[in-house]
Amino acid sequence: MAIFYFLILFMIVAAIIAVETDNLLSSIICVGAIGCGGSLMFLFLYAPDIAITQIVVEVLGLIILIRSSITRDLTFISGDREFFEVVVSVVIVFVIFLAGSQVMKGIPDFGTPAYSQIEGSASQVYVEKGLKDTGAANIIAGIILDYRGYDTLGEATVLFTSILGATVILRERARKLVKESE
Amino acid sequence: MKGMSIIVKTISSWVKILIFLFGIYIIIFGHLTPGGGFAGGVILACSYVLLMLAFGREFAEENLSLPIASKLDCLGALTFALIAILGLVWGGCFFVNFLYQKYLPGEPFRLISAGTIPLSNIAIGIKVGASLFLIVVLLSSFRSNGLAGKKE
Repeated sequence: MAIFYFLILFMIVAAIIAVETDNLLSSIICVGAIGCGGSLMFLFLYAPDIAITQIVVEVLGLIILIRSSITRDLTFISGDREFFEVVVSVVIVFVIFLAGSQVMKGIPDFGTPAYSQIEGSASQVYVEKGLKDTGAANIIAGIILDYRGYDTLGEATVLFTSILGATVILRERARKLVKESE
Repeated sequence: MKGMSIIVKTISSWVKILIFLFGIYIIIFGHLTPGGGFAGGVILACSYVLLMLAFGREFAEENLSLPIASKLDCLGALTFALIAILGLVWGGCFFVNFLYQKYLPGEPFRLISAGTIPLSNIAIGIKVGASLFLIVVLLSSFRSNGLAGKKE
């Protein structure tokens, strides 16, 4: 439990720094730190799929924000490739390949879901009790609107917020204001 | 003349009704057959996008004006949240399927079954359809007189 309080404190401090600092780049980096904390929190809450989504979105957002905030970011690499660096990168790729092939061995055969072998796992409960619990013949509707209603509410909120942002930015009054300021 | 040729206009004025009906079917039968609020909402928005491509943006905006579309968007989101809160009031738990568990069990594989799930599907369908229509109209108006208007 202590790790959660630590993460929440870390995220709050990062959020305050992101709002208060004058430097745009450090503000963006603080936003990235908040996302990293959120991803770690999902990982400790046993939701690895959400943690992966979170980290991917954060990395992409950070790259886009940094690219848009730095005006001069073109750094040219000069000189030839050095032998040592090539060897290191080849070794890293080989190690990742070995690890991946070991992981592939542990995956069950095609057509046998991993969770069907575990008693009481979430997907088995959905399949066995879905119709009785929700009354919906389409089990997907039963899952996304009954078992995982919070998730759908979050998705609807994300959609609503994005439409709100797009409407505010693209409305005609905002464009008129931009023209007047020019 | 705004929009595309007369062939495209005639065909799309017939097809738009079928697409709209299909979207409504996907939403209402979301708890029985594959589909649901998100997919059906996208199909509803597609019928208006077809109208917009064939007849021009102004014609589509006359049919469904931007304020009404944004109000529908808000209405769908509000209904969905309201269903969740009603679960808290009458079922004792946020997002509980109170209609199915207490008041209207219904019979499986019938249209009236599964409690709040069809209602949520309808709310999400209205919301997704209106918001996608809004996005397409806003982006197209931005392209036609936003960036191009600056240069003049």
